Amino acid sequence: MRADRSLLRVLVAFALLAAVGFALPDWAAFLLTLALAKGLVVLGLLVLWRTGLVSFGQALFYGTGGYAVGMLGLYLGVSDIVLLTVVATVLAAAVAALVGLLLARYRDIFFAMLSLAFSMILYGILVKTEALGSTDGFNVIQPTFFGYAPEGATMRLCIYLWTALLVVLAAFGVQRYLTSTMGNLAAAIRDNEIRVEYLGVSVVRVVWVKVIIAGALAGAGGAITAFAVGHVDPDAMTYWTVSGEFVFVTILSGTGNVIAPFVGALLFELIRSFAIQYSPYTWQMVLGTSLLLIILFLPNGLWSLVTRLGKQE
Amino acid sequence: MLTLVAILVDGLVYSSWLFIVAVGLTLIFGVMKILNVAHGSLYAFGAYTAATLIGVYFDAGWPPLGSFALLLVAAVVVGLVLGLVLERGLLRFMYGRDEVIIVLVTYAVFLILEDVILLVWGTSPYFAFQPYSLLDNTSIGVLSFANYDLAMIGFAVVLGAGLWWAIQRTRWGKLLLAVIHDREMAQAMGINVTLVFTITFILGAMLGALGGAVTAPEISVAPGIGVEVIVVAFAVVVIGGMGSIPGAAIGALIVGLIRAAAVHLLPQVELFVIYGVMTLVLAFRPQGLFSRAEARKI
Repeated sequence: MRADRSLLRVLVAFALLAAVGFALPDWAAFLLTLALAKGLVVLGLLVLWRTGLVSFGQALFYGTGGYAVGMLGLYLGVSDIVLLTVVATVLAAAVAALVGLLLARYRDIFFAMLSLAFSMILYGILVKTEALGSTDGFNVIQPTFFGYAPEGATMRLCIYLWTALLVVLAAFGVQRYLTSTMGNLAAAIRDNEIRVEYLGVSVVRVVWVKVIIAGALAGAGGAITAFAVGHVDPDAMTYWTVSGEFVFVTILSGTGNVIAPFVGALLFELIRSFAIQYSPYTWQMVLGTSLLLIILFLPNGLWSLVTRLGKQE
Repeated sequence: MLTLVAILVDGLVYSSWLFIVAVGLTLIFGVMKILNVAHGSLYAFGAYTAATLIGVYFDAGWPPLGSFALLLVAAVVVGLVLGLVLERGLLRFMYGRDEVIIVLVTYAVFLILEDVILLVWGTSPYFAFQPYSLLDNTSIGVLSFANYDLAMIGFAVVLGAGLWWAIQRTRWGKLLLAVIHDREMAQAMGINVTLVFTITFILGAMLGALGGAVTAPEISVAPGIGVEVIVVAFAVVVIGGMGSIPGAAIGALIVGLIRAAAVHLLPQVELFVIYGVMTLVLAFRPQGLFSRAEARKI
């Protein structure tokens, strides 16, 4: 019974997102694709945040996903969007599993710093790799959809539809995970790890799984960004400021609900496009000020406005 | 042999620079438990202010040697103004909140200051090469080193020794140690912790700005110089142990020498060798080389 209903919800959510894609003009669909991709990464950060962890190195997995797509196209000529996305996600998850072995033992600032160090290692490697265009990066192959190779606006729409499908699946998957026993341990670990250990749970293993989930989501986000933008380079994919942006969107959206990251990311992309157009030199100032205001007055992010409204009714 | 000398001298020069840049960060963390992302902006502010002052100074045609004092003046002014504004105006409202939240607050400050720099100084680069070219070069065999760089080594040593003396041997330094050791107990004993915090932050800000000011003559001061500095300074501080000044010195030496070796022997790994070392150190000693491990709280 329950499984049927969630399948229905997935279908409805996807139909809604798809309808939005058809209704919007070309540039807006492109913007929405980027926002949803960012939302995927932030969804991963949400999983970590609920455990009390902040990763300042999510760009490591984001970059892994993006570069995996680029390199598969460049060297093997693979262009199928489903195959590319799956491989990129799995690769990012594998990298996360590897660094997670170490990361899962750390908390607080050390977790943040160590993840930052890992992402900077990837950045350092990519900048010095001339075969991959070092700081300039390289262009990503145009994706095809089971052999169908659209052009221009149609292609962007197709990428958007694929993104929407992924986002809906990811949001429901994470929702399921968060309400499972493993997911519910998040708050307990945040409050007191040792008591959780006394319950007979390996905290390190739980955190490790969370790092992998977050890594996989970031990898998928990176892959989609690579498709949508058609280009990958180290500064846009793996520099620490990229990770900082993800953390920013996490704070902006709040971690109350799996939909929050996508709303937050959309708002972020909208503000950014307008700010860059109208006042390019004060864009970061707008960001910083809103970050401060949110930390001071809305510590649970924009989503807390929604829950507050819900309570009043 | 020549390569070895080159690695050693380049490494020491780079270590000195790292130490000057990172010591303010570790001081603030040690006393206040704040990981100050805005440290990079303070560095950039110091560099821009120094470059501007030096430009004005040389246009006026005053005695060129005075420009070195100007570097110090720039650092003190920037640190005093920005440090006071940031600590009194913003950070003091955040004490007691999660360390990670405070990191994000300083990240917000960093974003804001980056644009303030753009608004004040614009996008075109500034040059302040005069102090650099005033000092000549020294030749060791076929190798040639700028005296300004060599002077940086001496300056870092003096700075480190001065800080060590101030903290270990003066009354004020002992108050600081008490606060580092146990904030609440220090307060209970009548130490004005609020004042110690303000002074520490201003001092840390001055040191950050000083890092930028002494670097200004060596580089073209352009937007974005602070962004790179932050992560490198973090790496140094993390390797040495956050909050430990001798740790910062050792961390700077390790990173500086290893990077110089990488530049001369294996240039491909130059950029990530720093973070590789940081990862290695963290893997075996998460608290850094020179920091006490904290007991687990139940």
